[in-house]
Amino acid sequence: MNSATPVVELKGITKRFPGVVANDSISFKLFKGEIHALLGENGAGKSTLMNIVFGLYQPDEGSIEINGEPVIIDNPNKAIDLGIGMVHQHFKLVEPFTVTENIILGMEPKKGSNLDTKTAAARIQELSEQYGLRVDPYAKIHDISVGMQQRVEILKTLYRGADILIFDEPTAVLTPQEITELMEIMRRLVAEGKSIILITHKLKEIMHISNTVTIIRRGKVIDTVKTSEASPSILAEKMVGRNVTFKVDKRAAAPGGNVLEVRDLFVKNKEGATVLNGLNLNVRAGEILGIAGVDGNGQTQLIEALTGLSKVESGSIRLNGKELANATPRQISESGIAHIPEDRHKHGLVLDFSMSENMVLETYYKEPYSKRGFLDYNAIKKQAQRLIQAFDVRTPSAETKARSLSGGNQQKAIIAREIDKNPDVLIAAQPTRGLDVGAIEFVQTQLIAQRDQGKAVLLISFELDEIINVSDRIAVIYEGQIVGEVLPEQTNDQELGLMMAGSTVAGGVRHE
Amino acid sequence: MKKSFKLSIVLLLALTVVLAGCGNNKNNANSGESANAGSSGNTASNVKIGLVTDVGGVNDKSFNQSAWEGLSAVEGAKTEYLQSTKADDYETNLNKFVKGGYDLTWGIGMDLGDAVGKVASENADAKLAIIDATVDQPNVKSVTFSENEGSFLVGVVAGLMTKTNKIGFVGGTEIPVIKRFEAGFQAGIQAVNPNAQLLVNYTGAFDKPDLGKTAAATFYDNGADIVFQAAGGTGTGVFNEATARVKSGQKVWVIGVDKDQSLEFGDEVTLTSMVKRVDEAVKRVSQEVIDGTFKGGSEVLGLKENGVGIADTSSKNVPADVLAKVEEYKQKIISGEITVPSEPAK
Amino acid sequence: MSKILKLFSGSGAISIIAIVLGLIVGAVVMLIGGYEPLLAYKSLFSQVFGNTYDFGETLREITPLILTGFAFAFAARAGLFNIGGEGQFIVGMTAASVIGIKVHGLPIYIHAPLAVIAGGLFGGIWAALVGYLKAKRGVNEVITSIMLNWIALYLANFIVRHFLLMEGKQRSEDILPTASVSFPWLSDLMDSARIHWGMLIAVLCSVFFYYFMWKTKQGFELRAVGNNPNAAQYAGMNVGRNVVKAMFISGIFAGLAGAFQILGVFHYQSIMSGSPGTGFDGIAVGLIGMNNPFGILLGALLFGTLTYGSAGMSFGAGVPPELIRIVIGSIIFFIAAQGIVRGIIKPFYFKRKKEKVL
Repeated sequence: MNSATPVVELKGITKRFPGVVANDSISFKLFKGEIHALLGENGAGKSTLMNIVFGLYQPDEGSIEINGEPVIIDNPNKAIDLGIGMVHQHFKLVEPFTVTENIILGMEPKKGSNLDTKTAAARIQELSEQYGLRVDPYAKIHDISVGMQQRVEILKTLYRGADILIFDEPTAVLTPQEITELMEIMRRLVAEGKSIILITHKLKEIMHISNTVTIIRRGKVIDTVKTSEASPSILAEKMVGRNVTFKVDKRAAAPGGNVLEVRDLFVKNKEGATVLNGLNLNVRAGEILGIAGVDGNGQTQLIEALTGLSKVESGSIRLNGKELANATPRQISESGIAHIPEDRHKHGLVLDFSMSENMVLETYYKEPYSKRGFLDYNAIKKQAQRLIQAFDVRTPSAETKARSLSGGNQQKAIIAREIDKNPDVLIAAQPTRGLDVGAIEFVQTQLIAQRDQGKAVLLISFELDEIINVSDRIAVIYEGQIVGEVLPEQTNDQELGLMMAGSTVAGGVRHE
Repeated sequence: MKKSFKLSIVLLLALTVVLAGCGNNKNNANSGESANAGSSGNTASNVKIGLVTDVGGVNDKSFNQSAWEGLSAVEGAKTEYLQSTKADDYETNLNKFVKGGYDLTWGIGMDLGDAVGKVASENADAKLAIIDATVDQPNVKSVTFSENEGSFLVGVVAGLMTKTNKIGFVGGTEIPVIKRFEAGFQAGIQAVNPNAQLLVNYTGAFDKPDLGKTAAATFYDNGADIVFQAAGGTGTGVFNEATARVKSGQKVWVIGVDKDQSLEFGDEVTLTSMVKRVDEAVKRVSQEVIDGTFKGGSEVLGLKENGVGIADTSSKNVPADVLAKVEEYKQKIISGEITVPSEPAK
Repeated sequence: MSKILKLFSGSGAISIIAIVLGLIVGAVVMLIGGYEPLLAYKSLFSQVFGNTYDFGETLREITPLILTGFAFAFAARAGLFNIGGEGQFIVGMTAASVIGIKVHGLPIYIHAPLAVIAGGLFGGIWAALVGYLKAKRGVNEVITSIMLNWIALYLANFIVRHFLLMEGKQRSEDILPTASVSFPWLSDLMDSARIHWGMLIAVLCSVFFYYFMWKTKQGFELRAVGNNPNAAQYAGMNVGRNVVKAMFISGIFAGLAGAFQILGVFHYQSIMSGSPGTGFDGIAVGLIGMNNPFGILLGALLFGTLTYGSAGMSFGAGVPPELIRIVIGSIIFFIAAQGIVRGIIKPFYFKRKKEKVL
């Protein structure tokens, strides 16, 4: 196979941004009928490289060859003409349009001056049968599942005649079942002669599906290996640059009494629809309760109700017996609930504030940070420096703006601030989202350390691996209710996946 | 999203400032023949006369412009004007001339009354003059007009020539000067045609042609066929509305104000104009300075002094018998047989 | 102090370049119009610094601009676009007039401060209305404040016409001498230029602005709300209350500007046919000053100098005053469109950056 001409060959691609070399003379070959994974941490340069292939950026040095022919790809249309298609991580679909309309958008078949939807629909039907991409051509995008939306994205590229498909983190938004389906589709695609570049940082998927892996670290190619000759630990080591353990080290939990009790909680969303339907849960001291569920089943509202941002219609939230439903965020925070928010840019930090200011974002009004209405910047700075030191936040100084820190360090700062409040309950919502392996390890270790100190930890995550590895007990949320509870050592992806999709519990204990 | 919205507002703001500047600038350049660079006259003479406009500016097609035309016509003096962009500028602009050693400084418009008074009292040696306001200082010449007398005459014309017996009056703001226009106009109509109805609208602004246009449209829609405007730049809108209606075949008239506005807006719509000879007054008082006969005090210019009157071109649209009637009333007013009220009757 | 300097560096360079570009554009326009730009700029400066009277009057011109600039910037720091400085200015004028004319029998050291405080307070309340509607009902502050500008204008005219009118005039009666904030001996010193205490208060306000915004607990909240209302709410701050508070203080600045205009400059209030425009100029000043209190002092200095100097330009070089609006407009344009300025100075900018990295 190596003797054949590669369908895509990158030769010494270098791309510089002010102050950073994003790609440092990267060479890469994709052969026909292969799935070639591009593995690297966030910020390693994977996306930059693929944006160059797709014509969104121009390389400063190096050249690109398609089927042995040197080409210059200066815009996405050129890439499409060359048979390159990209399935983006964030779908680029028009929500109120139908599947067919979205697929033909930009290259609509015409009959005279009218749209020829029939021909288009027939062509889409044909493609979807050929590759096993089940879609309803007449459904509107906002009515179909995330998995189907992704299939629409794939169909879009195929409709435009793509032979080379780039998948950018395609599994980030899918349930385990949908991931399995996607794997099937990818196999089908390569069987039909397409070639695939898969961008991901999930080792499991790479081991599962790819033929070849190229590992990128800090803009440089570290190695290209055959998947069959690699193992997850070797790949992880190459990706991170040091030894990584996968199993989170933790002792057995020693849970105490209930600290947080939620009873019959009803909450509406902004549109007035009831999103939490009588939700019940308990979190005990010294345990981590993981909430598993597909996005949009009430997780956001649960967090908002617990932190005082959403109005509670009825039901109770008790912290050590004290009622906190509909208390203000500040009352709740002072009662002993700390919170690592899901979206750290939106809710966790004021990006244009300095690190010191962010470190006292919730406590600025208390002594010693504030005296008789005036802020004491010395005390604030001292506190910030203490936290920066203790949690190893990599920042040039305490006066640096939060914006200029990396995602991992921003998250560390938030965790430092929240843990330092010495709360009874720590709510962690998607605490590792978008972080690289090293940072993930840090965050998870911190959560377990809190548990070991006897705190109650509530972990909400869409990453099943994280839920299973970190939690002491797992509750599954579906349509605003906890539909079942399982113990991590007694369950697996498949069972959880089914529960998350709302089917009846197989082995778990139903929470009543 | 929000940021870009705000940014676009800011950019729009900047653009408006630039465009507003451009627009006005062009305007200024166009009229540059008479007022280029704000100075004219015979610079050989030693006498210097300055003029400060109110916020209407020197091209207001009304009394500021008329005043500057009068001053430009003065022979044997260096003349110059300064435009005020806001009320804060009156005092500093007047001082610019007074402290610059000008022999006479004009303030145009009643808004400048207080500023002229203050500057005059602070500079007892300087000579000042003002139009449309009375300032009680020994070194100030105050010139006001009996607008009611002139308005009476155009009221006579309107009263005799209306076919619908409905006549409109569009005023600027409701201030004593404009009230005199309304009062005289009302009395004139009443004198010759007691059945005619007078519709009155004060738009509240001298610089809003759009308001003038709406006001005129409402009057014409309600059956009025003649509208008298005493609203400065707002009046331009009255003319625009009338012109549009005349073009579409409707027979409507406007009576102009301050200057002979038929020269500006055409004979098709301008029935006649109530002329206020600001230019004559400015010219005469300025001449007194050159001749060395200037004295402080106040004067009121009416029909007798030829300070107000109807435009000379009126005969184009007004029949001779009506003009004869006008002349008859004019004599009666001059002789004192008729006293024209200065406040409109309720 | 070094912190104050730090606030400037970077943005300061852009402001200066924007000003220079604006002056160049103005010069080009003058050349096209057939005027002499150098003579014009020379007459501009001699108009401003030529004699003590004009210098005093320039200070008078600058004073309200500083305060309305603060009105814009203070709200902007809290994430609000206060386009209603105009209305707050007018309300401040009117409140000061009412106190200055109608309240009798007070000594000067009570009457004048009372009138000033009333102006500030009512300006603040006028703006707080906007904040309240935004906080409670989510109404966009741009819309409400524009509407309130008109309401303020007509309300002020109504009050003057019906309660304060001087017989037969288009203006109120004079304020009582005890309400005047003029600075008589300095005024005499400056050839009776209309100098008043407002200048001093405006400078003090810049110190207040700085301390409040960057040194106090409440300022911390305002800035947090302004930069990221979601995070502020998460951190337990009451976003709505901060919005109202920011608008209130912002309105106080504009109200003070109006009060000083009446009590220090005119000593009476005219019936206005249109908005005086000082509040809108404040937006420009705020932008030039990059919403920094000390930047605004300089921005108002620039804006006021140009505005007042425009009379000199038309006098000395025959340039119409409208043209100076083009220069000012260009400066605002270049500051608002920072991207353009950055583009122009890019070669230097990046060179410096690179050196830093290495």
